Amino acid sequence: MAKVIMYKGFERLWHWLQAGLMIFMLITGFEIHGTINWLGFETAIDVHIILAWSLIGLWTFAIFWHLVTGEWKQYIPSSFEHILAMVRYYTIDIFLGNKHPFQKTTLKKHNPLQRMAYLSLHLFISPTIWISGGFLYLFYTLREFLGLELISFGTVALIHTAAAFALLTFLIAHLYLAITTSKKPFGYVKAMITGYEDEE
Amino acid sequence: MKIRLIYSFLTLFFICYVTNAYSIDTNGHSTADHKKFKILQSPLLTGPEVTKACLSCHTEAAKQVHKTIHWQWQFTHPDTKQLLGKKNVINSFCGSIVSNYSHCTSCHVGYGWKDADFDFTKEENVDCLVCHDTTGTYEKFPDDAGHPTYEDKSYRGIVFKAPDLNYVAQNIGKTSRKTCGACHFFGGGGNGVKHGDLDSSLTEPDKDLDVHMDVDGLNFTCATCHTTDNHDVQGSRYTTVAKDTHGIDIPGRDDNSRATCESCHGMKPHLRTVNNKINDHTDKIACQTCHIPEYARGEVMTQTDWDWSQASKNSPMGEFEWDEELSPEYAWYAGNIHFTLLNEKIDPTKPVKINYFSGSYDDPNARIWPFKVMRGRQAYDKKNNTLVTTHVFGKDKAAYLQSFNWNDSIKAAMDSIGADYSGEYGFVDSTLMYWPLSHMIAPKEDALGCEDCHSKDGKLQNLTGFYMPGRDNNIWLDRIGWLIVLSTLAGILLHGLGRIVFTTKRRLK
Repeated sequence: MAKVIMYKGFERLWHWLQAGLMIFMLITGFEIHGTINWLGFETAIDVHIILAWSLIGLWTFAIFWHLVTGEWKQYIPSSFEHILAMVRYYTIDIFLGNKHPFQKTTLKKHNPLQRMAYLSLHLFISPTIWISGGFLYLFYTLREFLGLELISFGTVALIHTAAAFALLTFLIAHLYLAITTSKKPFGYVKAMITGYEDEE
Repeated sequence: MKIRLIYSFLTLFFICYVTNAYSIDTNGHSTADHKKFKILQSPLLTGPEVTKACLSCHTEAAKQVHKTIHWQWQFTHPDTKQLLGKKNVINSFCGSIVSNYSHCTSCHVGYGWKDADFDFTKEENVDCLVCHDTTGTYEKFPDDAGHPTYEDKSYRGIVFKAPDLNYVAQNIGKTSRKTCGACHFFGGGGNGVKHGDLDSSLTEPDKDLDVHMDVDGLNFTCATCHTTDNHDVQGSRYTTVAKDTHGIDIPGRDDNSRATCESCHGMKPHLRTVNNKINDHTDKIACQTCHIPEYARGEVMTQTDWDWSQASKNSPMGEFEWDEELSPEYAWYAGNIHFTLLNEKIDPTKPVKINYFSGSYDDPNARIWPFKVMRGRQAYDKKNNTLVTTHVFGKDKAAYLQSFNWNDSIKAAMDSIGADYSGEYGFVDSTLMYWPLSHMIAPKEDALGCEDCHSKDGKLQNLTGFYMPGRDNNIWLDRIGWLIVLSTLAGILLHGLGRIVFTTKRRLK
């Protein structure tokens, strides 16, 4: 076991900024949706827009970073058996105190379930949010130009809302696993802050 | 020191001079002093005599007026081909001008329209003074077919002084809020009765009431926006330009009409904001919708309900309801107003729309507009299921206000235009008449905000056919969404609890 830099500087910055932006976008999004009342409709929209542009900027850097560092490989799905092993761990072994089936290394930071979850986030939930959100945002000014009059604003709004629910669900599950499943409570959180973690 | 003083004076002079030069003088300056015209100095005893005098110089004026709706009170709608105008429509106030001429035509821009035989070709029948008086002393008598009174005379206890027509004619000038308002503020028989956004408070309004007509500010007259050419006034309720995509009109190049907000402000009038939604919203929301947050704001009440069925000798005009500072009702409006005319069947069991219009979210020409909706109960032909005209005013027995007999009143009015009346009348339970609002534009701080509509019980809750964030959601998507979120929460709680229990058990072993 050795203390290594598990999460690099940019990775940590990206993670936390994205987390913050997404949480506030969820809050303002649900205010625009009419679920909560906090900033007021117009301010909520303004904040939502500013955060969205910030997140787009952050994503541009993050995609670049993943490509040039090769970190994108961290999200390549594992075999089905490996995923089953993780399912078994979370549903049975974790209660019995059995060992985690996989070891965490700088080259394999994510367990098979994590890989799948993050890949789904990056390939499905986020793109759905971005495309539907971008469409809602630009709908008014660009719909005629793009010939999109046939797609109803309401339908796109529903897709955007559904994706927001998916993201909120992801967030809850992620927080639970990230905070409680490390050897010491908050171990992973600490690692994501400092970057240092014991390589097993 | 001396130089500084001179400099200060120069600056002061510059400020005064320049500000003065740019201050708005809505009266303008005429190149003719009408007091010096001989013809206006010789005695002018009647309205038509004045007009003849006017026409001796302004040779084309009456011919121009003759072509306008102000004169003809008739208008063929270009889209529906309906024959509209006061001559033809029925409203939910005094009904119709038919058989009530002398009273109603006290607002006609002419003299002597006392029955159906009025000569519309006579040039001296045009009333120049009612629009061009600047003295405030000229007033048409309430039931003298458009004439002023020529001797002091009283009407329902109010004394009308005979105007000095020479004095009025010699002081002729441009139209003003007061001259236009003399009729348009008092439509329906009293101050503010009809429109709700037009009443005597607009004669000298402050900025809170109307930013454009504000006497201490822009001081617009009606004609600043309702521009005229050949005496034809722009702007119409029958063919409202519900959305002026043409935008800003450049003098000399464009259509010469300033009667839409967009004529001056364009389609993207707001300073850019982060969301910039107010500039996008111009495609679906009329300017008036946000900028007239309330109407009848000038401490003059407007009539909201007129129940003719309650009329009797003791209550000759029926029952009224009045109100002020009203929140408009909103509807999709493409600008084409259609009237329920005598030849149209009505369903008296349902609210009868005196006028109606097309418009929906999907209609590219329609926008959400604010309306005053006038409600009431009025007579209809029970057998033919049509609206009827009623003979209300007059000195004859058939006039409703003389004998209070509806049957005689309806028969007289219908006979006078050769319309079919079965002889059996009833009262429509409820009538609705729509008045699009365009005046009493509030200062921008008072305009509606996003939340006024984007909320669960906002101002647009009755409008359908589109999705509006903050108001609309798919109830099942929300239910399923929250169910998944809460299940996940419950799941992690159980999972966590299970882990604690098992870990504790293991430790105890």
